[in-house]
Amino acid sequence: MEKAIKMKSRELNLFYGNFQALYNINMDIEENRVTALIGPSGCGKSSFLRSLNRLNELIEGSRISGEVFLDDSAIYEKGINVVELRKKVGMVFQKPAVFPMSIYENVAYGPRIHGIKKRSELDEIVCRSLQSANLWDEVKDRLVAPANQMSGGQQQRLVIARVLAVQPEVILMDEPASALDPISTARLEELIAILKTRYTIVIVTHNMQQAARVSDYTGFFLHGCMLEFNRTEELFLNPRHNKTEDYITGRFG
Amino acid sequence: MPGTRIGEKALTCLLYLSALIIIGILLAIVGYIVYKGLAMINLDFIMQAPRRAGKEGGISSTIVGTLYLTVLSLAIAAPLGVGTAIHLEEYAQKESYFAYLVTLTAETLAAIPSIIYGLFGFVFFVIYLKLGWSIWSGSLTLAIMVWPTITRTAQEAILSVPREYRENSLALGASKWQTIRKIVIPAAIPGIVTGMILALGRAIGETAAVLLTAGTSLGMPLSPADPARSMSVHLYMLAMEGLSMERAFGTAFLIIILLLFINYLANRSMSLLSHNGG
Repeated sequence: MEKAIKMKSRELNLFYGNFQALYNINMDIEENRVTALIGPSGCGKSSFLRSLNRLNELIEGSRISGEVFLDDSAIYEKGINVVELRKKVGMVFQKPAVFPMSIYENVAYGPRIHGIKKRSELDEIVCRSLQSANLWDEVKDRLVAPANQMSGGQQQRLVIARVLAVQPEVILMDEPASALDPISTARLEELIAILKTRYTIVIVTHNMQQAARVSDYTGFFLHGCMLEFNRTEELFLNPRHNKTEDYITGRFG
Repeated sequence: MPGTRIGEKALTCLLYLSALIIIGILLAIVGYIVYKGLAMINLDFIMQAPRRAGKEGGISSTIVGTLYLTVLSLAIAAPLGVGTAIHLEEYAQKESYFAYLVTLTAETLAAIPSIIYGLFGFVFFVIYLKLGWSIWSGSLTLAIMVWPTITRTAQEAILSVPREYRENSLALGASKWQTIRKIVIPAAIPGIVTGMILALGRAIGETAAVLLTAGTSLGMPLSPADPARSMSVHLYMLAMEGLSMERAFGTAFLIIILLLFINYLANRSMSLLSHNGG
C-alpha cells in the first residue's frame, strides 16, 4: 500500500550564524502517524522540529538550505504565507506556556486571531477542542477561571487544545512530557494515540520508552545528523547503526 | 577576637542609625509641611481663585493648571515612550547601531537637569514655534522630560514577559504585531502603567522647566494655548517673593497629598503585576 507522506525534508541544512546545527536531513513524515525524534541534548532534533513550522526564523542569524515540503508545497519558498503554514503545522512546547487569561480565552485565542468573531462559533470550537484534548470534563464549569491556576498536566492539555482550536493538520511536540508527573505523562500519551487518527504528529522526546510506546517511526539524531530513521520496532529491536544501539541501550546520552 | 565583635556591633549600630535618619528626615519634612499647611486647607483654598498675586484667596487656577500640564504631557509622552520601548525590545536588532543610539539618547535625556529642559522649551516652543507661554509649551517640554522614564519602565515591563508567550502565539499563526498587541502589551500593562504614574509624579513636582515654558499667569487656563501657573511654580513664587508663607505651605501640603496618592497608585499597579505572574 502506498504511504501518504504529509511532510518531508530534502537535504535540509540549518545554520545559526557560523554554527551548523543540521546536516543534510532527508525525512519522510507519514500522514496520521506519530514520528519520534530522539537523540542526546544538542543533537539537533528540536532544531529540526522547529524548522518544520519555520519557528527557527525567530532566532537572529539563522538560515537554512535545502527544502521542506508540506504536502506538495515547499514551505521555505518565497511567497509562502508563514501564518497559513503555522495554522496547518501547530506546535506544543516543552514548558506549557498558558497565556495569562482565562481557560476559554486561551483556547479562543487562535481562532480569534484568524478572524472568527461570532460567540456561538467560538463556544463550539472551545468546547470541541477541550473535548479532543481530554480536558473538557475537568474544566467545563470554570472556563472563565485563570488558566495559570491549573495543574501542570492540565496546562499541557490546555496548550494542546489551543493548538487543536486552529484546526492544524500536523502537530509538532517538543518534549511535551518533560515537565509532567508520570500520571499526567500517561494521560498525554493516551491522548497522542487518539490524536494520531486525525493528525500527523512529530514528537521530540528524551524518553526512549516514550518514543517506543507512542511512535510509529523514529529518527535518531546525533551531532546534527540523522543517523537512522526507521519503523520504531525496527529501530529499537534491530538498530542498524552501532551509535543508535549505544544510545537506546543507555551507553551514552 | 573581641575587636571584631565590637567593630561589628558598631557597624550594625551605624547602619541602623542611617536608616533611622532617613525615616526621621522624611517624617520631619512631611510632618512640618502638614503642621504648617493643614491650617490653610479648606474648601475655599482649593476652590477660589488667587487674589492679589496669591497673597489672598485660594489656588484653584494653579490646581487646574497643574492637572492640565501633567495630563497633556503624559498624553504626549506615553504613546512616544511605549512606542520607543516596543521598538527597542521587539523590533530593533539587539546589536544595531540605531538601538544603541536610541538607548544612549534616552539615558542622556534622563540625566539632563530640568532647568536645561526649561531653557530649551523656552527657546524652541515658546519663541521659535511661537507657542508663547502656554500649556502647550509646558506640556511638550514636560513630555520630553518624562519620555525616558516611560520608555525605561515600559522596556523593563516588556522584557519581563516570558519569551514562551511570544513563541506560542507566533506558533499559533499570529503575526508579530498581533502577538505584541494581544499578548505582550496586556501582560506588560501593569509595569507600563507604573512607569506612567512615576512620570506623572515627576511632572507634577517640576518647577524650573514649567516656569520657563508655561509662564506664571494666575488666570484660570481654559484652552491649552493659555498660559498657566502650576502648583509647584506657585509655591516657588509665594515663598520667593515673600507673598504668603501660609499659602506656600498650604500649596506644598496639597502637592504632597497628590504625590502620595500617585505613589499609592504606583504601588497598587506593581502588586497587580506580581499577581498576574508577569
